[in-house]
Amino acid sequence: MTLLGSLALWLAFLLGIWAVVTGFAGGWKQRADLIQSSRHAVFAMCGALLAAVVSLEYALFQHDFNVEYVAAYTSRNLPIFYTWSALYAGQKGSLLFWASVLSIFASLAQVFTARRHRAYLPYVGAITSIVVTFFVSVMLFTANPFERLPYTPLDGRGLNPQLQNPGMVFHPPMLYLGYISITIPFAFAMAALITKRLDNDWLVAIRKWTLLSWLFLSVGIVLGMWWAYVELGWGGYWAWDPVENASFLPWLTMTAFLHSVMVQEKRGMLRKWNLALIIGSWLLSILGTFITRSGVISSVHSFTVSGIGPFFAVFLALAAAGSFGLYFYRINLLEAETKLESMVSREASFLFNNLLLVGIAFSVLWGTLFPILSEAVRGTKVTVGPPFFNQVNVPLGVALLLLTGIGPLIAWRRASLANLRRQFAVPTAAGVLTLLVLLVSGMRDAWAITAIAIGIFVLATIVQEFWRGTSARHRQYGEAYVLAVGRLIGRNRRRYGGYVVHLGIVMLFIAFTGMAFKRETQATLRPGESVTLRSPYGWTYTFTHLGISQYDALNREVTAGTVEIARDGKRIGLLTTEKRQHVDAFKRPTFEPSTAVGIRSDLREDIYIVLGGVVNGTEQAVYRFTINPLVWWVWYGGMVVALGGVIVMWPGGAPAVRRAQAGYAVKLVGKAS
Amino acid sequence: MGRREFLALGAGLLTVVPSSRRLAQQGQDSLPGTGQSGRLWDPDRAGRPLPPTTARDNDAYLQTIEKRLRCTCGCGLDVYTCRTTDFTCTTSPAMHKRVEALQDAGMNADQIIAAFVKENGESILMAPPKHGFNLAGYFVPSALILGAGILLTLALRRWTRTPAAASTGPTVASVGGSPEELARLQHELDQIDA
Repeated sequence: MTLLGSLALWLAFLLGIWAVVTGFAGGWKQRADLIQSSRHAVFAMCGALLAAVVSLEYALFQHDFNVEYVAAYTSRNLPIFYTWSALYAGQKGSLLFWASVLSIFASLAQVFTARRHRAYLPYVGAITSIVVTFFVSVMLFTANPFERLPYTPLDGRGLNPQLQNPGMVFHPPMLYLGYISITIPFAFAMAALITKRLDNDWLVAIRKWTLLSWLFLSVGIVLGMWWAYVELGWGGYWAWDPVENASFLPWLTMTAFLHSVMVQEKRGMLRKWNLALIIGSWLLSILGTFITRSGVISSVHSFTVSGIGPFFAVFLALAAAGSFGLYFYRINLLEAETKLESMVSREASFLFNNLLLVGIAFSVLWGTLFPILSEAVRGTKVTVGPPFFNQVNVPLGVALLLLTGIGPLIAWRRASLANLRRQFAVPTAAGVLTLLVLLVSGMRDAWAITAIAIGIFVLATIVQEFWRGTSARHRQYGEAYVLAVGRLIGRNRRRYGGYVVHLGIVMLFIAFTGMAFKRETQATLRPGESVTLRSPYGWTYTFTHLGISQYDALNREVTAGTVEIARDGKRIGLLTTEKRQHVDAFKRPTFEPSTAVGIRSDLREDIYIVLGGVVNGTEQAVYRFTINPLVWWVWYGGMVVALGGVIVMWPGGAPAVRRAQAGYAVKLVGKAS
Repeated sequence: MGRREFLALGAGLLTVVPSSRRLAQQGQDSLPGTGQSGRLWDPDRAGRPLPPTTARDNDAYLQTIEKRLRCTCGCGLDVYTCRTTDFTCTTSPAMHKRVEALQDAGMNADQIIAAFVKENGESILMAPPKHGFNLAGYFVPSALILGAGILLTLALRRWTRTPAAASTGPTVASVGGSPEELARLQHELDQIDA
């Protein structure tokens, strides 16, 4: 099967080159036969790459340890769940995953693109094929997942214990899907530049793709936070690690695009900006893969380091030069159709929103790359950790949160004073009231207070919007309130789905403030001994060590500490936290012992217990006890963001959307004749 | 055979299965509340043996210092987070001991940090110190955003001063209707957009 896999990769490589050549030639010469041939080559390339994936999965499930990749990332006793996910656990497999998913997306773009956008397709096929061919060539020439060993080990090394977590089964594919799907909007943008069809047509063609990409990135990032929280054991979910930053960068620019594209659709403005954002987002997605995979910057998330860095660096440089070169060559065709009419308008607020989003992206990129810059300039490597990123980005994030409330409520073109008063009186009062309540209640963390107060302001704007829309439907059509809410969302999914996304963002921001009130302590306890810890809410938790048990599981030897928890003297339950020594099928240790955290989560706070180890081989255990306020809201905030994204993407017409697409070219009923 | 007998038989069989990893005789199990510490069946499974926690491990002042120092084991975490997370690491506990020793020698937080920088270079810090070239690290993003914000504001003011007639495009090009009807339409559109 590995021979089949290698042949499939070579076939995909040749088909990719063919798709590129015929795509460009067919589009340029307008030759239907070449265009058709390119299209078929894209499909065939997808088929070849899927055959390669099946071959690798077959080798993984057959425990063919003669294949270097299989021996490096699996073992005989690895659960099936993780044997499957080993496909993208390592460098070589994830390159194959990247290429095959992109080829699927490229094929879907060929099939599902509406007839009126078909003029772009030859170039879209060619550009996506360039990217796929690049990834296939990296595999063929430096990182072949089907490479064989000169001997066959009895068992494989197994999967890194930190990757043996359900979060890691779903988080990397989601993130990859996000990274990969940006290639389709990028290909359409390039096609629009090549064909000079730079009206709003290409934007309509990529709308679902941009949303899909943003949705995958959002879900992937939140799943990554969840994985870091439950698996790494440090008690947090975001550490401004280079790999985390790499996923955050395209999310920021895609979010900026999803806002600024509305200005182009409604007002014919920001055409240059939107194209630049799409190109930038795609380049950042490649940069993210480069950072994750090259090892140029050290990261706790980099589970593989190899020599593919130079390949990616060259590809990135060529892609940036080519795409921005074409962009500047066509820049004269990207003039705005209309001009801004007022500083106090939705367009202006979206511009500032974009400034902040791109500004945060720049500061994150700057901080991530600053160690390299410092080394190059001064010869001294510095560490840029959370204190730096928090200092630079927290104020920008809070300002962005404020604009989340302001932007959607200001009228297009020009907002009147009456409009502003009508929209913002109640939310501002809610925000100010929250601020006062927090100050009176004794909260003193300035950024936390500000973020919560602004969060409540934004929440009030969202509730107000839903209330007004629902009330209007109730009055006009006599609909029950629940039905009216449903129809309100259904009739304008883009607008109200967007509000749901904003609701999720508010939940996330308020949840982030919880980390300012984290409490923790270390303790060494004999069985029956207790330690107390006061929660930020004023409760006193008592943790009693009940004892240590040891047992064998499928691929690990477990040492589990059990702790009884009482809140203000009332027993609320037991938590178990484990030390795990992973072993292969012959009981040989495969990795350093890892930790499984015990977590009890509720709306207010998480109790987070880590078993550090034991003293002198006895049941006297060393624990770290942490109380993390509001963490629950991070996960559910993420789900609400995803729900909002799904609502926006959900197929179906909305009169307002269709009208928006048509701009303001409307005719009054009764006057047409 | 009943369930209890079956389980008892199973448990009995397990006790006679030899284990190459049984390194120590299992001691008396402890009971909750008695304070006794039984010996583990296989202590090696529990990772690196740890010393008991001391009061200084939870010292807030020392934690503040350790959160400014990077563990050099390659984890990328600060010393405090590493020593309370990856209990297999031997580097961060050693750095913790060093911080304690420097404090015992009469140094304050800044002096302890300076001592670490002298020994290991600036990369020992979790964030670059705010002087020299490092200032660029802190202020370039803010300065650029601020500069771009000012430029954007100036540009917006210039654009919005342009007479409304300059606002070309498809805005009302194909609308036919009386001024009252157009006004009503505009009002309705504003209502929807808002």
